[in-house]
Amino acid sequence: MTFTDKNKLTLHLWLLVSGLFYLMSTLLSVQAAVLAEDQADIMLHYFDGGGVTAQGPALLVRKGNEKSYSAFASYYVDNVTSASIDVMAQASEYSETRDEISLGVDYLYNDTISTISYNTSEESDYLSDTFNIDMSQEVFNGMTTFNIGYSTSADTVKRVDNDFNKNLDRYRYRFGLSQILTKTWHASFNYENISEKGFLNNPYRSARVLGAYVPEVYPSTRTSEAFSVRSITYFDWRGSLKFDYRYFTDTWGIRGDTFEVGVSKYIGTKDIIDFSIRLYSQNKASFYSDNFTAEMIYMARDKELSTFSDITLKARYSYHMFEKDNGFFNQGTITTSLAYIEFNYDDFTHYQTGENYSYDAWVAQILLSLWY
Amino acid sequence: MTISNIKQLVILASVLLLTACSSWEPWVQPYEREILADPIMRLSRQPSIENHYTHVYEVREGSHGGSSTIGGGCGCN
Repeated sequence: MTFTDKNKLTLHLWLLVSGLFYLMSTLLSVQAAVLAEDQADIMLHYFDGGGVTAQGPALLVRKGNEKSYSAFASYYVDNVTSASIDVMAQASEYSETRDEISLGVDYLYNDTISTISYNTSEESDYLSDTFNIDMSQEVFNGMTTFNIGYSTSADTVKRVDNDFNKNLDRYRYRFGLSQILTKTWHASFNYENISEKGFLNNPYRSARVLGAYVPEVYPSTRTSEAFSVRSITYFDWRGSLKFDYRYFTDTWGIRGDTFEVGVSKYIGTKDIIDFSIRLYSQNKASFYSDNFTAEMIYMARDKELSTFSDITLKARYSYHMFEKDNGFFNQGTITTSLAYIEFNYDDFTHYQTGENYSYDAWVAQILLSLWY
Repeated sequence: MTISNIKQLVILASVLLLTACSSWEPWVQPYEREILADPIMRLSRQPSIENHYTHVYEVREGSHGGSSTIGGGCGCN
């Protein structure tokens, strides 16, 4: 099946499910859907690993009228300093800033929540504009919730050292189903199809042929599919157990499996502590090699396309600061979160030692959430 | 599976779904969902933190998608 055929198939399926959504929203009598609460998040985030640090603030504000709409806006900054193995193999350390802005509105009508949002991201060598539309519909007296969504992105890939400029278009189709199973257990299933067309390489990275560096050449199309199942169950010890699994496959031959198991528990009255472990593994793309023995039509040495695995240990503590009926803010929490990640590559070698590469990383966030 | 096969499957599912709804009773009544509404039962309790993790993984792993996070540029060298 060609790229175009797959796109047509996905588009037809998406249109049919959209029609089904419309029928459900007009014919079924269901429990009233609820809009998100008015809330402000102020976060500082931090990543340090593999020679890369990325840190900055993030802000999210949501305000609505509780009956028909809830508008939201977010601002996110990444201050990146990179001396990663990819950079150091052929260049020197650099710094840059990425700014991301999102604007959107949730609209409640006839028990259907429709969301329209726009996202733009800008850094010195990469621009991205994304338009999203999503719908959520409760059926069976609120026992089941269907979700459907579509996104289209127009990206521009550039280099900072010359006038290189290429386009990348991306189309995402999403379907989801969330189901109440018992009084203490619910689960969700999600499917997403992503079609990309354009310049999919990283413009700075190189492949190796018999030890010599040559420009990477990627196919100009990629179609990916991701299926995920998520489950959460409540237990009498005032806690819950969460399980996630995602299966990923694409037309480049990559298959990825992601498992995550987490436990959450109330401490005291309203503080919450969370622990989780996440395991990820993937096999390499069909056109990946650490060191090609001959020139090929497509050649990649991006470590993200190699065979590797990673493991994450996460901990999070949410402190419930206050809750009151009078005053502008009626509730506030502060959350600290820390994660340790270890990456181990099976067929990507260090450019100096020749041994399989590995590195570890720390990820942290401090989040202040206020409701009003 | 062809486009017409998928169309038939979706139409069949639609008919079954719509006819089943008219006389259907939930096995968990709305007044029995207090625990399900508790913050500790949310799959994504803090979207700002979840979105940051999603970005961290998407620029370092070959897999992407299947979550609620969309958009976001590169930041990946």
